[in-house]
Amino acid sequence: MERVRAICLIAGVFFFALAFALMGVLPILSLHDLPVAKLEEIAPAPPPPSWDDLARRWPEAFKREIGEPTVENWHRAIRRGRDVYVGEACWHCHSQFVRPVSNESLRFGPVSTAAEYQNEMQMPVLFGTRRVGPDLTREGGKRPNDWHAAHFWNPPDVVPVSVMPRYPWFFSAAAEGQAPALNRDGFSILAYVQWLGTWPRTAVEGEGSSP
Amino acid sequence: MNAEPSASLPAAGSAAPLVDVPVVRRHLVMGFVWLLTSMAAGILFSLQFLQRYPSLAQALSPGRVRLVHTNIVAYGFLLNSFMGVCYWIVPRLTGRPVGSQKVARLLFWAVQAADVALIGTLLGGMAQAVEWGETPVVLDPVIALAAVTFFVNIGVPMFKIGKRPVYVTLWYFCAACVWTPLVYLMGNYLPQFFVPGAAGGAIAGLFIHDLVGLFVTPLGWGAMYYFVPLLLDRPIWSHALSLIGFWGLAFFYPLQGVHHFLWSPIPMYAQYGAVVSTIAIEIVVTTVIVNFFVTLRGQTDKLRTSIPLRWFYTGMIFYFLTCLQCSIQVLLTVQKIIHFSDWVVGHAHLVMFGVFGFWLLGATTYLWPRVTGCAFWSERLNRWHFWLTAVGTFVMFADLLVAGLVQGFQWRALSTWEESIVASVPFWAIRTFSGLTIALGQVLFAWNLWKSRGEAADAPAPLPAAPPLAAPRPA
Repeated sequence: MERVRAICLIAGVFFFALAFALMGVLPILSLHDLPVAKLEEIAPAPPPPSWDDLARRWPEAFKREIGEPTVENWHRAIRRGRDVYVGEACWHCHSQFVRPVSNESLRFGPVSTAAEYQNEMQMPVLFGTRRVGPDLTREGGKRPNDWHAAHFWNPPDVVPVSVMPRYPWFFSAAAEGQAPALNRDGFSILAYVQWLGTWPRTAVEGEGSSP
Repeated sequence: MNAEPSASLPAAGSAAPLVDVPVVRRHLVMGFVWLLTSMAAGILFSLQFLQRYPSLAQALSPGRVRLVHTNIVAYGFLLNSFMGVCYWIVPRLTGRPVGSQKVARLLFWAVQAADVALIGTLLGGMAQAVEWGETPVVLDPVIALAAVTFFVNIGVPMFKIGKRPVYVTLWYFCAACVWTPLVYLMGNYLPQFFVPGAAGGAIAGLFIHDLVGLFVTPLGWGAMYYFVPLLLDRPIWSHALSLIGFWGLAFFYPLQGVHHFLWSPIPMYAQYGAVVSTIAIEIVVTTVIVNFFVTLRGQTDKLRTSIPLRWFYTGMIFYFLTCLQCSIQVLLTVQKIIHFSDWVVGHAHLVMFGVFGFWLLGATTYLWPRVTGCAFWSERLNRWHFWLTAVGTFVMFADLLVAGLVQGFQWRALSTWEESIVASVPFWAIRTFSGLTIALGQVLFAWNLWKSRGEAADAPAPLPAAPPLAAPRPA
């Protein structure tokens, strides 16, 4: 009990492995039957109206930064938007799971289930541990694109007490007297946020699941 | 190097000094520099909550600066300072130098380069979505390699002891040598590449907790078991309690991580198990705290006269507080209110800074005269350093604790989100001021360290070398 080798083997390796088996491997096995979906499966065509709306609202910028509002470009934008979400540490102030307690389902929508997280967009999982801002699990479609664009440009313009940072780098420089238009990161983060929680739940839970 | 006062303990059958004192000194200095860096980032980030964040470049946007705040604490401040402390302690307790002092010298620069690269990549938007492990994927192997190199280096003298029992400090140190690389690799690779979704979340939770529990905590307690008996000039009160403390931590700590995601889609049995083991470790923690406070009996006056001891015991009080808090906040009922709120942020500051930060500042205060050969320029500044830091930390903790309750109850009551923000702003203002108080303490300490940097390093004042634990003398 007081020798280096015994400690390294029992405490260092065995106890760690035991805990990893109970707390890591068992959950993996429990969720093993749920297929791990690709983005294409959980973001099925057609894209939500917000995607076409982006192309209509900022036609020139959209053409330049994204191209045509196709399904492929939509998937590409969602993936890139997730990278932006991770890199800007959005997930440190916005969670992505709705708990079955504290009236959260009244505020944010249906309680999260494990199946919703069995996909490539949740590697690593974006649960989050802090809510300075609200949960975003079911954010998609709740607000219009121009709300989000104005909000990213300067949150207090939209919500005066907001403590969310400004993200002017989601916009390209505008000519004098013109409103700045979204750039590629901007379109991508909007596509990502507008996609969150919008896929039909039957796609991940199988036919007959209750919504 | 022979000019170094404490390097004079010869290694058996070797011309090299037992402890490479300049390396210890460099790690302590850089640990403190990274602490200052992290605090600057933290204070800057806190301004965002008051709508006072200056307009800066994208690389200095609040979200990215926050990443620097936490990651540089873990891989800059804690890693460097603990490396310095380990390089000082391990050779003394084993009677052998580390595996290779040359490697240790090179590793010092490698770690600093990794930290600079870490800041650059985080500010560059390359973070990985693993809390406390945002170290970008490209840097993960570098940091893992540095950690492995360090732990092998200090592991060599420990393993050379063979079958003899070793002192408590080395139990913790050698366990950390095995745990830290395992934890780091688990957290940075499995959820990113192999385990999606809720199960990946369970592993990410294990990582958050194990980084504190299996890297920082064992190194911290190991250091306490070394420094405290030395400063009190008496052995730890109960060896049996030391055994219970170590083995209890080793068994229960790795089981707890899932408690970071309670009420989540992670299977409930894992959540229940995490709750039970988290409460169980509170009993173990109490044995350790009792052991140290009974060791202090009859000598409490030394808390007044010895600044390092004051840091150590204040850290232990905070440790007890934070662990007690943990056993309460982990309850599923309490989680309903406090999860996602500032309560957790207060808890994290109390444990990472109020406990381990305090211990390392105490260790730095203790070691500085011994690694520079120069007494402190001002004892009064050291006292100011302590009081500003202690008061600031406690105020921050208490403030965020109450803020968390306010937020949690407002959310449950379905107040609008804006209402909960408005109610939080006064607490966030106090948080920024408590952070400034802490930072002021560190600036005073930095000034003191600078003034005591031992310009006369060629002819250092004769200081007694810190003796090995076998024969403790007043330090």
